[in-house]
Amino acid sequence: MSTPNQSMLQHVANGTSGREPQFSLALHNPDGREITFAEAVREALVEEMQRDPRVFIIGEDVAEAGTVWKVLKGMVEEFGPERIIDSPISEAGIAGIGVGAAITGMRPIVDIMFGDFITLTMDQMVNQAAKTHYMSGGKLKVPMVMRTTLGATRRSAAQHSQSLHAWFSHVPGLKVVIPSTPYDAKGLLKSAIRDDNPVVIFEDKMLFQTKGPVPREEYLIPLGVADVKRSGEDITIVATSSMVQVALAAAEQLAQIGISAEVVDPRTTLPLDHQTLIDSAKKTSRAIVVDEGYQGYGVTAEMASVIADGAFYYLDAPVKRIGARDVPIPFSPVLEDLTVPTPDQVVATAKALCGRI
Amino acid sequence: MVSRPIGYQTTLAPIKTVQLDPEQWLQMYEQMTKIRAFEENANELYKSARMPGLTHLYIGEEAVAVGVCEALHRDDYITSTHRGHGHCVAKGAALDRMFAELLGKEAGYCHGKGGSMHIADQDTGNLGANAIVGGSAGIATGAGLSIKMRKSGQVAVCFFGDGALGQGLIYESMNMAQLWKLPVIYVCENNQYNEYTHNSETAAGELAARGRAFGLHTVEVDGQDVRAVHSATVDLVTRARQGEGPSFLICHTYRFLGHHVGDIERTYYRTKDEEAWWRGEHDPLKVLGEWLMAEAGIRSEVLAGIDESVNAEVEAAVEFALAAPYPSPEEVDTNVYA
Repeated sequence: MSTPNQSMLQHVANGTSGREPQFSLALHNPDGREITFAEAVREALVEEMQRDPRVFIIGEDVAEAGTVWKVLKGMVEEFGPERIIDSPISEAGIAGIGVGAAITGMRPIVDIMFGDFITLTMDQMVNQAAKTHYMSGGKLKVPMVMRTTLGATRRSAAQHSQSLHAWFSHVPGLKVVIPSTPYDAKGLLKSAIRDDNPVVIFEDKMLFQTKGPVPREEYLIPLGVADVKRSGEDITIVATSSMVQVALAAAEQLAQIGISAEVVDPRTTLPLDHQTLIDSAKKTSRAIVVDEGYQGYGVTAEMASVIADGAFYYLDAPVKRIGARDVPIPFSPVLEDLTVPTPDQVVATAKALCGRI
Repeated sequence: MVSRPIGYQTTLAPIKTVQLDPEQWLQMYEQMTKIRAFEENANELYKSARMPGLTHLYIGEEAVAVGVCEALHRDDYITSTHRGHGHCVAKGAALDRMFAELLGKEAGYCHGKGGSMHIADQDTGNLGANAIVGGSAGIATGAGLSIKMRKSGQVAVCFFGDGALGQGLIYESMNMAQLWKLPVIYVCENNQYNEYTHNSETAAGELAARGRAFGLHTVEVDGQDVRAVHSATVDLVTRARQGEGPSFLICHTYRFLGHHVGDIERTYYRTKDEEAWWRGEHDPLKVLGEWLMAEAGIRSEVLAGIDESVNAEVEAAVEFALAAPYPSPEEVDTNVYA
């Protein structure tokens, strides 16, 4: 089984990457530079902070500690404690501070250590950040970014392992980004920082140390444009964040039994690129949606609905969803691993949809 | 027994009254009168079913908004509350566009998309009223951080009621404001009631101790006396502009009417005697009006003239709003994203 990165590179080399030329890594990454997801995130932050003095970071342990993930390591030395601000453990407070600073001319990046802690920021994000522009009749803008994490399997139990991006994806006025590769993480984050709306980015904790090609030249990836990570003919696997790796691994297995799977990464759940999902499903006539959020009322439901609606007359099978098991994430590794979608699960579902049981 | 706000019985530290020309106190009288007239008309619009939804009236608390906002510059920021018309007027908003917003009209400050509880007017530094109790504490504090980072010399005022003292966000915000010496003034309008519940049932300990716990410079004033409110605020604004950090101003006041316009029968949570006590000798308009006549040489005709011109302005504003068109249907989808 090849690694997802190799799959992606091969796929890019075949010229079947996303819809826009700028996503051709072969074109823009002549020296084949590879960096980690964490380094890509840091590069995006550093470049945007160098470019725009209004950008600053606030969060718990973001300065000298560089966050628990060490993603921001070294940034306080370059930008100083005035722009890399260590906050008290006050998630609601720093989210609110982000809104207030954004309304009044700054471009804050609020760092929320674990995605589970967004629950503490809900009023500020849902009732304040998301609605301020609309409620003010378009006069006030909230150009803030919230960076946080998602993803299980770090053996961190029920309050440090959830993938709650569906919560914010339910709120008009917010944008929600869930990058799957270092390349996407950098380009999407830079776009988010330049966006005039509140944008929440969920980065998978398990991806931080994965490597991938990232060109040296500056690039942006627009929010709301899906990327075809692997081209295929028989079935579409829509996958988000680290589930892209799961989908690519499944696609490799499926290829060995003669099923050609296309892997589509929406990259943002809000806005959601309906057309790319629908076009892919029309082409393959079958679709599975894989996401690490809880399956019940999760983003898989929205995406499956978009496909079922938009590609109905082209589908040969019902659209299937695979999300996290609908239980609190258990601690015991034996149990925790049962909650996250796996390549085998995706393969089994794909085979069933293709009548290959 | 007539209840008093927590802290009201205690001796409030004397405030050194700022020396202003009578004209400036008259200006505050006019602003307070404007708020009173605005709210009375809003109440009428509700009662005559010409205003959709509901609204929370500021009558009785006018001295707080005016005393504070008259100490601010136009570009200083305020965040406001669900009971926010007074702050909006005091910061300089136009009454016609405010009424238009209350009626959901296109000409309103938010094109009818915000309504009574969400008027924002960036031209006067009003970052918006907020229908989540205590919900603006972080926003005002973020504005304070922004001011400090931009070195703009502005001040941010966070208005909230005593009900917001039940919200943790207030304390998170005060803590950070003090840690980073932000130019934020937290103004607690202690009107005693969290909706229909007296704050003796909701707030343990002393109100002022909440600010002092974080090291905030804390001042309590009679919120019915605009001169006291204004004098205290002038001092707090100076401190903030000089980089001396945030402060906590508690204004003891009273909501003459109900929690919202439909809260007519109130005897299950407070007595009519209590309301009469406040409306009698503790009406902020009366307190200032009597001082102006007794101590500042202002004749009663001058005050009557102000009342008359304000009433005319408010009537014209209501007419403007009633005649103004509603937003077109396509407006429903605009401004979701910038």
